[in-house]
Amino acid sequence: MADPRRDDPRRRVLVTPEGLTVPFTLASRGSRFGALLIDLICMGLSLLLSAIAIGFTAGSLSEMGQHLRGGTAQDHAMQALFALWIITAFLIRNAWFIAFELGPRGATPGKRLMRIRIAARDGARLTPERVIARNLLRDIELFLPLIMLGSSIGQGDNTGWLATLWFLLFALLPLFNRDRLRAGDLIAGTWVVERPRKPLARAMTEQAAHAPAAAYRFRDTDLAAYGEYELQRLEEVLRLRKDDQMALVATAICDKIGWNTPHGADVGPFLDAYYTQLRERLEGGMRMGRRKADKHA
Amino acid sequence: MSDWIDAVKTRLGRGAPAEEGAIRAALLRSDRFRQEREEDWKRLDSIVLRLEQGRIRRLSDEDLLELPVLYRGLVSSLSIARETSLDQATVQWLEALAQRAWFQLHGARLGFGGWLKGFFTGGWSRAVRGMGLDLLIAFAVLVVGTVLGWLLVAHDPQWYGALVGGAGDVRVPGASREVLRGTLFGTQDQDGLGAFAAYLFGHNAQISILCFALGFAFGVPTLMLLVQNAGMLGAMLWLFHGQGLTFDVVGWLSIHGTTELFAITLAGAAGLHIGRAVAFPGRRGAMAAAAEAGCRGAVVMLGVVLMLVVAGLLEGFARQLIQDTLRRLAVGGGMLGFWLLYFFAYGRQRVVSKRHG
Repeated sequence: MADPRRDDPRRRVLVTPEGLTVPFTLASRGSRFGALLIDLICMGLSLLLSAIAIGFTAGSLSEMGQHLRGGTAQDHAMQALFALWIITAFLIRNAWFIAFELGPRGATPGKRLMRIRIAARDGARLTPERVIARNLLRDIELFLPLIMLGSSIGQGDNTGWLATLWFLLFALLPLFNRDRLRAGDLIAGTWVVERPRKPLARAMTEQAAHAPAAAYRFRDTDLAAYGEYELQRLEEVLRLRKDDQMALVATAICDKIGWNTPHGADVGPFLDAYYTQLRERLEGGMRMGRRKADKHA
Repeated sequence: MSDWIDAVKTRLGRGAPAEEGAIRAALLRSDRFRQEREEDWKRLDSIVLRLEQGRIRRLSDEDLLELPVLYRGLVSSLSIARETSLDQATVQWLEALAQRAWFQLHGARLGFGGWLKGFFTGGWSRAVRGMGLDLLIAFAVLVVGTVLGWLLVAHDPQWYGALVGGAGDVRVPGASREVLRGTLFGTQDQDGLGAFAAYLFGHNAQISILCFALGFAFGVPTLMLLVQNAGMLGAMLWLFHGQGLTFDVVGWLSIHGTTELFAITLAGAAGLHIGRAVAFPGRRGAMAAAAEAGCRGAVVMLGVVLMLVVAGLLEGFARQLIQDTLRRLAVGGGMLGFWLLYFFAYGRQRVVSKRHG
């Protein structure tokens, strides 16, 4: 099949239990990095907001420390708040990604914004254990080396190099395997794919601009010049309907089939007619089991 | 088909030949195919969209019942379209919709609640039993590490600082019996129990997650972490043993320690399980082996975190409130018995019946 995306290194095909081949596009590294950045910012903000909320309830944080070992009712309330803070911080650090990726969209807020999601690599269900496994690894991939780096900068010792090396080892892992898996993906059997969501475009032949196209009639030999690949390029051009592009394409087609090049307002109807008739011819061939991938076939 | 064209013709009136040509051009067979099915596709699209947004309650029963039907229809439409239509936009849209519908049909069937129920009613204990060899190794490493820690400090008390650390702690070699006894039965921690429990939980959980995650490096760092923690335990046992407090310190440790050490053993085993799968994948291939081990390890780890919540509560509250060694031992022993029963006796029946059914 003439697929313009056939050479795309990010394309993968899965076979579902129904025997249907579903194509996936792996998420680009840029969008994954962007998603991570957004999530980290969101995590930082939630940490800050909960600290403010708890601190506000507690009155002032410095006072809190003095109350932690006291025995009055107020001290007990302070202790409860402090315990709440520890649990909240733990959950934000460890459960943020897990909780969001368990949802029906399989994506954190960052991933949602970048239009990507996680999926099981073998086409099976995305089970909670996969989500948990891939995100527990984040601790050694991201948080620990960064904490170590931060503390080494703070103390001015030499462990910074080690932390950087550690961090890079994991951060660069997706660059060195075909499916762009990070360590967590490897362990969990998951990958990150694009989440396509665009409205159904109207059929080409239903478009109003198509109507005057009937004026052109092409002979079989005129239509035999091109195949499916060119048809789909033509579809893209016709959907965009940019004048200069269309004039260029029309000239190319006319050169190929030996017609006089149409000018001005005639270009659109000419291309529409060529598109419709070429598609009719090629689809007719498909039903007979004949396919013509491109003009060289 | 020609009936349909006639119907269109009569609706439009036969008067305009140019227009008729336009309509005929519009009626490519693949476009008719699309027109006939578009309603169903869009219906499926709206159902999937509501599922994606988590608005499952807003779906009528009718929609939910029809979801698999619409999905099968879409699947067949897509395979026909791939073979007969060159309308690229439509095929791509159908592929995307099939992908999204497939995620919903195969992803959300159980839900996290249902999964969690399965986790408690046998999933967790099965996962623990699934890593029997790693459990044995982790346990052996803990025992060896404890003995090693003991022997090291017995040989040279200087090791104590290296193994246990903790500057400013009164529990150091040379401390009197009264001071050491005071740390076991002292009431100084009676206040701030809640915060203390939360702190212990957070600290231990982070260590155990580390234990699991480091298994990725062929399990070596996990082993080192286990030895280090066990060495600390051995050194402390030695210290209290020297002042004749062995029985009391065992009680002090056991009340939460049976749960906490069990959890750490499990975390270590989960890490080793992954490490072994990565190093020796066997016939399945490294990727498949790692993924299988990782998923089993993740189930165990969720349990480990829950056990550490229990251990934190026991350490933060029960240990401070129960000041009697025998009763501490009773609670610790009871917890150990509970975990052993749960992991090694519970949930076996289910597996057997599943295999036969």
